[in-house]
Order: sequence, then C-alpha cells, then structure tokens
Amino acid sequence: MPRHLRWLTPYLFLIPGLLWLTIFFVIPMIVMASISLQEGSLGTGYTLTWNFGVYPEVINTYLPQFARSLVYAIIVTVATLVLGYPIAWTIANRGGRFKNILLLLVIMPFFTSFIIRTLAWKQILADNGFVLGTLKDFGILDPGAHVLASPLAVISGLTYNFLPFMILPLYVAIEKIDPKLTEAAMDLYASRTQAFRRVVLPLSMPGVFAGSLLVFIPAVGDFVNADILGSRDTTMIGNVIQRLFLQTNAYPEASALGFVLMAAVLVLVAIYAKVVGANELTAG
Amino acid sequence: MTASAVSATAAGQQSAELEGQPKKHRTPTGKRLLNASLPVYTALLVIYMFLPIAVMIIFSFNDPQGRQNITWQGFTIQNYFDVWSRPDITGPMLNSLLIALGSTIVATILGTFIGLALTRYQFRGQTPVNLLIYVPMATPEVIMGASLLALWVSVDVARGMPTILIAHVMFCISFVVVTIRARISGFNRSLEEAAMDLGADSLTTFRKVTLPLIFPGILAAAMLSFALSIDDYVITSFVSGQTLTFPLWVYGASRLGMPPEVNVLGTLIFVTAVVAIVAQIWWARRRAKQDRLIVDRPPEFAPVLPRG
Repeated sequence: MPRHLRWLTPYLFLIPGLLWLTIFFVIPMIVMASISLQEGSLGTGYTLTWNFGVYPEVINTYLPQFARSLVYAIIVTVATLVLGYPIAWTIANRGGRFKNILLLLVIMPFFTSFIIRTLAWKQILADNGFVLGTLKDFGILDPGAHVLASPLAVISGLTYNFLPFMILPLYVAIEKIDPKLTEAAMDLYASRTQAFRRVVLPLSMPGVFAGSLLVFIPAVGDFVNADILGSRDTTMIGNVIQRLFLQTNAYPEASALGFVLMAAVLVLVAIYAKVVGANELTAG
Repeated sequence: MTASAVSATAAGQQSAELEGQPKKHRTPTGKRLLNASLPVYTALLVIYMFLPIAVMIIFSFNDPQGRQNITWQGFTIQNYFDVWSRPDITGPMLNSLLIALGSTIVATILGTFIGLALTRYQFRGQTPVNLLIYVPMATPEVIMGASLLALWVSVDVARGMPTILIAHVMFCISFVVVTIRARISGFNRSLEEAAMDLGADSLTTFRKVTLPLIFPGILAAAMLSFALSIDDYVITSFVSGQTLTFPLWVYGASRLGMPPEVNVLGTLIFVTAVVAIVAQIWWARRRAKQDRLIVDRPPEFAPVLPRG
C-alpha cells in the first residue's frame, strides 16, 4: 500500500466486521423500534402510525412478568455471587498449580448443550427423580412435595446455568490482588475479617461488577429455564416476547416489550455502575 | 508453589506455635474451620456443576421401555449404534455443525481484523467502535433474536440456514474481538520492530512474527465461537424458520419425551469438547516450554529447535 494511504489500513480492517454488526445488530434494533410504533396485522400489513400508546399498554399488561423477571434475575445474581465468591477466592489463593485445572472443572459442564443441561435438571428434580424420590423414600419429605414448576426450580436452573459467568471474572479480579497487601493489613493488626472486608473485597469489586452484569443480563431475558423448569406462574418476560413473536405474531406488542426490556436493562446497569462506582465496564 | 501458598503455610505454622501458649492472641478455631471448609466447599460445587452432565452420560446408556428416558431401566450400549440411523436427530446435528463451522470461520476472520485494528493502530473513532463491539455482548439474547426476526419480517426474507448463519456470525464477532484483543495486548511489540529493523516488509513481519504470536488467541477465539454457535438456542429459535438445529430439535423433542439418543449426542459433544480443550492446553504448554528452552539454551542450539 502506498505510504500516503497507510492511514486507511485500520479502517479497512474494521469495515467488514463493523458493517456486519451494523446491518445485523444496529439496523434490526431500529426496525424493531419502528415496528413497535406500527399498527395492523400480518394479513393486512403494517403502517407506521407512531402509536406510542403501545408502550403503556404492554407495560400494564405484562407488569407481573416484568417484575418477576427482575426479581428472579436479582436473586440469581446475588445467589451466584454468594456461591461463586468463595470458589473464586479458593481457586485464586489455594489453587496452587491446580488453578487452571480447577477453573477448567468449573467451566467444563458448559461444553454440553444448555438445553440438555437444563433438561437434566428437570430429570434430577422430577417428583420421583433420584433427589426427591430418595428423600421421600426415607420419609424426609412429604410424598406430595415437588420442586418442579415452582419459582425455586426456575431460580435454581438460572443460578446453575449462569454460575460460571460469575466465577470467571471474580477469579480474574481476585487472582490479580497482591497477597502482600493482605499480609500488610494483617501486620497492621487487621483481623482476617477486616483484611478481607477492607482490602480483598474492595479490590475485587471489578470482578463483582463484571460478574453481576454477565449473570444479570442473560438471566433477566432468559425464557428457557422458565419454560423447562417452570409453570404458568413462573412466566418471565422472555417467554412473553418469544410467544408474541413466534406464536401470536403480535409484532408491534412484542417489539415494544423488547424495547422496554432493553431500556430497563440499560437503566439498571447504569444505576448499578453508579452505586458500585466501577469504571471497569469499558476498560476490559 | 505460589507466594500465597507459602504465606498460607507460614501463617499456619505461626498459629500452631501460638496454640501452645497460654495467652492466645486470637482464637484459631474459626480460621482452621475456614481453611478446612473451603476445599470441601469447592469440591461440592464442582460435583454440583457436574451433576447434570453425569445424569446425561448415565442415561445415554439407559435402555428405556417407553418414550420417556427418566427412570433407570437397564444398561445398554445399543443407543450409541442406533443414533446414526435416526435421520431426525443426525439431520439437525449436521445443520448445527455446518452453521457452527461457517459462522466460526467468518466471525474469526472479521473479529481478528477488528482486534488487530484496535490494538495495533491509532485511529479516530475508537469510542463508537468499542461501543458497537461491547453493546451486543450486553444485550439479552432474546432481544437480538427478536430484532433480527423483525428485520427479516419487514424486508420479507424467508428464514432458514442463511439467516441462522448471519445471526451466529453477528453474536460471535464481539467475543472473537475480546479474545484476540486480550492476546495481542499481552505481547511484546519489539519483536515486530526487530523484524522490521532486519529488513522484513510489513507483510512478511505480519506473516512470520505477528501471526504466529497471536495464533493461540485466534484458535481460542475460534473455539469459543464454535462453542457459542453450536449451543445457541435462543437467537436461533427466532431466525430458524423451518430449519432445525440440534438444540432446537432437542427442545422440541423434550416435550414428547427424550429418546436416549439425545443423551448419546450430548455425551459425544461433551467428550469432543473436553478432548479439544485439553489438547489446546497441552499444545499451549508445550509451546511455552519451547519458548523457554530457546531463551535458556546457548544461542548456537536455538535455531535447531523446531518452532510451532
């Protein structure tokens, strides 16, 4: 390439990929926004009527599903954080030369299909499956007890499926912390709890932040777990969007819901970023 | 042994010494309990993570009587032979493999170039480029799928293999960029400068120095893309039309009762993935060892060593 055109190189590198993302990510979003403001039906075709009324309408109709999705996703985020932090800490600080093997063991289950894993949980938690069945045989559980089709089943499924997304960023953040800092805190008469709370925990916040986003975002939009492990009473907003799009072909309502979900996610992420005070989101 | 492990043992000895003294500074019981419980907890969690996998593998050897493969009926390996004569399962599997292969190749090429541009060049407009790459990763899949369907509906394009492929390339690109970027920012630029100083032109430098150095990153990115693509259910369900991929087929079949052949294919995918990852790690280790040898050995032996 001639020297005076060399400044073009990065743009030539960027253009094909960015064009793909623009055409198949940005433009669909715009199309979805436009469809949400249209009226009509699949048979007669749609016309853009700037029908903003669809937004309050879908929010009112599907408020329970919205609320449920947010509550489930927040519970799942907290659950993965509580379950994942000790593991990430243990692997980072006690893993020794088995660090990589332990990490691999944590993510290995994810080499199988998400759907098959979730179906396996359905099998494990079935009323006469080997967990509930055994507990019932020993008389520990009431014979009528069941887990499937309850919020607990859906939340457990989501927690299981997204746990590695929490553990990996936590591990990366904790692994980076210089052990000398903890030692220094202890030398200065901090108790182990204090050293953890005042040194390790604040320094691992970027991991907490990244992990929470990586869990919360897919969890809030998920419909697979609610579909396989849940019931009519555990329907999440993802189930509604999927049903409206694929079964009822109610495109304007479905698009409006998609937009509200996207907006809700962005607002919550912004608030969370403000509260945690992490700027690491864009730095990674 | 790492520095933290050394300090942990040192702390352990210290607390053991303290125990014999009448005036204890701090009770070590809680600490010892914590030290013992953390590995146990880690082990339990690993077991928990593997529980569904174990169920999947065990029930791939089940010999169910009816449509349901939920209770244990008896051991058989017949399922591993029968699965190949079930075109309703192998067809979707083949579709999934083709889509994963195609989207991996396209996404890896597009993503690698973006990664190179972002790390090797200064240019105007870095912020919008970064935004365009990170926002798809922060978007719930259901929204990506829904908006793509909205696009295809509004321009009246029939859904099928091409629309699935397009969607998979789209969501893989960002992950490729992030993986490649992490790899490129880790290596020493002076190696490239040295090649240029020795008279290599920029293309030769790229081919002989840059590409071999970032190749592990490219490979990791390609493996990630393949894994993301072959497992995708949510986005695919929106843009598939009548085409079935393996996850779509499994999902549909699960409503009627899953045949053990699903477990067979799930097990085979799992085993293949584990073998691929272990091979990649082994290869990366060997390379690292070779690199170390080249540095450690006297210079006259260095050129004899084969380079990976």
